[in-house]
Amino acid sequence: MKIIYTDVLVIGGGLAGLRTATGVKARGYEPIVLSLVPPKRSHSAAAQGGMQASLANSVMGRGDNEDIHFEDTIKGSDWGADQKIVRMFVNTCPKAIRELAAKGVPWSRVKKGERQAIMNAEKVTITEADEAHGLITARDFGGTKKWRTCYTADGTGHSMLYAMDNEAQKQKIEVHERMEAIALIHDSTENQQQRCYGAVVRNLMTGELTAYIAKATTIATGGYGRIYSVSTNAIICQGMGQAIALETGVATLGNMEAIQFHPTAIVPVGILTTEGCRGDGGVLRDVDGYRFMPDYEPEKKELASRDVVSRRMIEHIRKGKGVPSRYGDHLWLDITLLGREHIEKNLREVKEICENFLGIDPVEEWIPVRPTQHYSMGGIRTKYSGESQTLQGLYACGEAACWDIHGFNRLGGNSVSETVVSGMLVAEYIADYCDTKDSKVDINSNTIEFFIQQEKDKLDRLLKHKKGEDAFALRESMEQILMHKVGIFRNEADLESAVKELQELLRRSRNIAVKHSKSKAANPELVNAYRVQRMLKIALTVAYGALLRRESRGAHAREDYPERNDKDWLKRTIMSWPDQNSTMPDVNYETLDVEEMELPPGFRGYGKDITIHHPASELRQQQVMDIHAKLAEQDKDRFILQNTLMPYKHLLPEKYRGKNERLNERFPDLNNNSAAKGSTDE
Amino acid sequence: MNSEKGRLLKINILRFDPHIKGDKPRIETFEIEEAPGMTLFIALNDIRQHHDPSLKFDFVCRAGICGSCAMIINGKPGLACSTLTANMDSDISLAPLPVFELIGDLSVFTGNWMRSLNNRLEAWIHQHEELNIDQLEQRMEPELAEEIYELDRCIECGCCVAGCGTIQMREEFVGAVGLNKIARYQIDPRDERSDSDYYELVGDEDGVFGCMTLLGCEDVCPKNLPLQSRIAYLRRKMLEIGLKSNTEVCSC
Ligand code: SF4
Ligand code: SF4
Ligand code: FES
Repeated sequence: MKIIYTDVLVIGGGLAGLRTATGVKARGYEPIVLSLVPPKRSHSAAAQGGMQASLANSVMGRGDNEDIHFEDTIKGSDWGADQKIVRMFVNTCPKAIRELAAKGVPWSRVKKGERQAIMNAEKVTITEADEAHGLITARDFGGTKKWRTCYTADGTGHSMLYAMDNEAQKQKIEVHERMEAIALIHDSTENQQQRCYGAVVRNLMTGELTAYIAKATTIATGGYGRIYSVSTNAIICQGMGQAIALETGVATLGNMEAIQFHPTAIVPVGILTTEGCRGDGGVLRDVDGYRFMPDYEPEKKELASRDVVSRRMIEHIRKGKGVPSRYGDHLWLDITLLGREHIEKNLREVKEICENFLGIDPVEEWIPVRPTQHYSMGGIRTKYSGESQTLQGLYACGEAACWDIHGFNRLGGNSVSETVVSGMLVAEYIADYCDTKDSKVDINSNTIEFFIQQEKDKLDRLLKHKKGEDAFALRESMEQILMHKVGIFRNEADLESAVKELQELLRRSRNIAVKHSKSKAANPELVNAYRVQRMLKIALTVAYGALLRRESRGAHAREDYPERNDKDWLKRTIMSWPDQNSTMPDVNYETLDVEEMELPPGFRGYGKDITIHHPASELRQQQVMDIHAKLAEQDKDRFILQNTLMPYKHLLPEKYRGKNERLNERFPDLNNNSAAKGSTDE
Repeated sequence: MNSEKGRLLKINILRFDPHIKGDKPRIETFEIEEAPGMTLFIALNDIRQHHDPSLKFDFVCRAGICGSCAMIINGKPGLACSTLTANMDSDISLAPLPVFELIGDLSVFTGNWMRSLNNRLEAWIHQHEELNIDQLEQRMEPELAEEIYELDRCIECGCCVAGCGTIQMREEFVGAVGLNKIARYQIDPRDERSDSDYYELVGDEDGVFGCMTLLGCEDVCPKNLPLQSRIAYLRRKMLEIGLKSNTEVCSC
C-alpha cells in the first residue's frame, strides 16, 4: 500500500487549485496538487472574455467600486447568492488582479486619448483620461452597470493560468499530473465529528492506486457541464470532485440545479464564443437578419444577464424565428460591425474558432449560435471559509464549490475572479486550520487500507464482468436526458421523467462491464466506466433539485412556475447521498435570511415583475432605506454605511481587509502597510 | 454541411501500449463515415466509442486552446481537435508526437517535459519588490502589454518540438517553445533579470546557438507565434552579450 503524506492535498490544477496551493505554501504548509492533465491545460484556460474587478480605470468604468460590483452580482444571482460572501469577494477582486499583474499577466491597458468603439450597434468615440494611461483597462459584459471586465486581448484565462502555474513552479509546489482522486478518505474523530483525511488516487498512466493523506483536502475540480451532451466545458469537466464529495455520504452539495446556459456557443459543437463579442458591440440576429433583443429587453438588449438572453433566444426560436439547420434551429451572432482590426486583436480566439470549426470568417459572415450549457453555479456546499459544512478538513473552491457568490445565475467575468479570489481566501483559512490541533492526522492505517481496498474492488468488478452494460451507451442516454428534459426551460412532467430515467440508468450502471481492454493501466474504457457511475449521481442531484424547486430563479426557469417565489423558495437546495445503495439523494434546504441582507430582494429589472415577495422583504427594505437616510444626514461615507447594513470584514483574513485604491479614491494613511498590518477601517 | 451520406474515412493509427508486456508498435486502420463539420476529435471519439474503446489520445478543450491534442497528422505535427477532416484526403494517418514520453497510442506525456523546461529556464517573473495589492497597479504601455501577450500565447502543445531538427540530435535543446519563453520574459519589464542572466540560460548550443533556423517550428505552430523573428532577435541579443564577455576575457 503506497501512502503519501502532505499538509494540504489540492485536487485540481486549474486557477483555483493553484492559487490555493501557493497560498498555503506561503503560510509554510506543504501542498501537493493533483491534476488530471498538465495544469496549464485546465479548463481555466478557456475563459477568453475576462475577469471582473472594480478598478474603475477606463472612463467607462469611472465611479465603479465594490458597492456596484456587489449590487450587480446579487441582482445577477437573482438574490440566490450569499451576500456576505459576495462582499468578501468584491473586496478581494481588485487585489487579486493586481497580484496577478505583478506575477506576469499582460492585462490589456488603458491608452489615453480617443478611440472608436461600438455601442448599441453604433460607432461612438471614447476618450480615455491621461492619468489612466497604462493602468488596467476593462470591457463591457452582460449584467454589469460599469465596464468592469478586465482582460488580456482574447486570452484572459490562458494568461492567468500560465502566470499562476509559473508561480507555482517558482514556489516549487509539487504537482502530480495525470492523477485522479477517485474517493475521499474519511472517518469519525474522537469527538464524533466526520473528518476528511485525504483521497484514494489513481494514476491514469499506470493504474496504480495511492493514498494521499493530508491535514486538509481541497477540491478545485471545476464544474459538471459534461453531464449534458452539448456543453462549452472542456471534456474533463465531469463533476468528479462533486461526486467523490457526495459519495462520502457526509459532505453536501448546494444548488446543483443551478446551471447556466451561455447564449453564444457555436452550432453544432458547442464551443464558446466569448461574451466579449457582445460586450464589444456584437448583436444577435434572427432568420430575417433582424436584431430582436431590443424588442425583448429595450434597456440592456444583448447585454442583459446571460440567463435572460438565453431564454429570450429560445423564446424567439419558438416563435419560428430561428435559422433552420440540420442540427436544429439557431440564431446569428453578428460581429461584422466591429471591423477586422478589432476582431483580429481583441477577438482573435473567436476568429480562429470560426475558421477552424465552421470554416467562416466572422469579419465577413455571421456566426451560427445557440444557448449551451456553460457553468455550474452549484457545487460542494461550504462555509465562508471554503470548508464543507458537514465534513471537517474538506475544502472546496472555484467552480467546484457552492461558496455561493453566484446564486442562480453567474455574471460573465465573475468566474475567473472567483477562482483566484476564493483560492486566496480559502488558502488562508486552510492554513489557519492547519495551525490548530484539530488538523492533526490521527487516522490508522487500517482505515486507509479499507478505502484503497474498496476502490480496488470496484475497479476489479468493472473489469471482471464479461457481460454487462455499455458505459458509453449509458452516458449517451444520460446526456440526452439532461439536454432535453433539464434544459433552459423546465417543467414538472419532463423533470419527473428525467429523474425516473436517470434512476434507472444509475441502477443499470452498477452492472457495467469493461469489455474491450482488461488493462488496469491507461485504459480509457475503464475510466469512462467508473466516471459514468459517478456522473449519474451528479445528474440526479441536478434533475431532482430542478424538479423540487417550484419557482423560476435566475437560470432555473420553470414554465409551470414562472414567478420567482421568495416567499417559499428563498433557500438553497442541499443534497447528500448517505445510502450508497439508494438511487436518490437526500434533500434539505437552507434558508437565506432576508433580515441580514444588505440588498433585500427586489425586482431584477427584466421583463415584468411577477415576484412572489417574502414577507420580510418590505420591512428590511424600509430598514435599509432608513439607515441610508440617517447616515447620509451624518455625512458618513460608503464604508460606514456598508458596515452598518451588513458587517462582513471580520470574516476576511486580516491581510485582505484593506480598502482598494482607485484613481479617484485614495486612502493615503490607511493603506500604507495595510498588507502587513491589516487595516482597521471599521 | 449538406451532403447526406459522408465519405468513408480510413484512419490509420500508429498504436503501441508500453504498459502491455510484449506489445509491438503497429498501424491499425479504422473506417468511419465522415460527418459534416467532423474534426479529428470527433473522429477519434467515434472510433473509441464504436470500434475500440481502448484507443488512447488526449483532448481537453477540443477548441484549439489548451494544447493537449498535438499529434503527427499526415506526417506533420498539428492539433487534432482543430483539424477538420473535410480539408483532408480520406486516407488519414496519425502518430504520436516524437520526443515526448509515450503513454500509449496517440497519448504522450508533454506535461513533464514542459515542466522541466520551465524549471530550467525559470520561466516566471523574477521580482523582489514587495507588493501592496491595495494600491494602484504598476503602469504599463498598452502596446508593450500587447507585445508580451503575443508571446504569452504559446500553449505548450509541443508541435514545434516535434518538428525541430535540432532536438533530434541534441536532447537538451530547449526548442522554439523555450526560446519563445525567454523572448517573452526578456521584453517584460516586470522581470528583473538582465540579458546576461538570460545568456546563462540560453547562450549556448542547447539554447539559441543550437537552433539551425530552418524554421520547421514556425510552420507548425498552431498559434502562429512569430518564432522566426523572436529567435533571430534573441540570437542577436545573446551574441552581443557573448561578444562582450569574450572581449572581457581577452583583455585580461
Ligand atoms: S528554427 Fe530552431 S527551434 Fe525552430 S525547428 Fe529549426 S532548429 Fe528547431
Ligand atoms: S511555440 Fe507554438 S508550437 Fe511551440 S509549444 Fe508553443 S504553441 Fe506549440
Ligand atoms: S484539445 Fe485543447 S488544443 Fe486540442
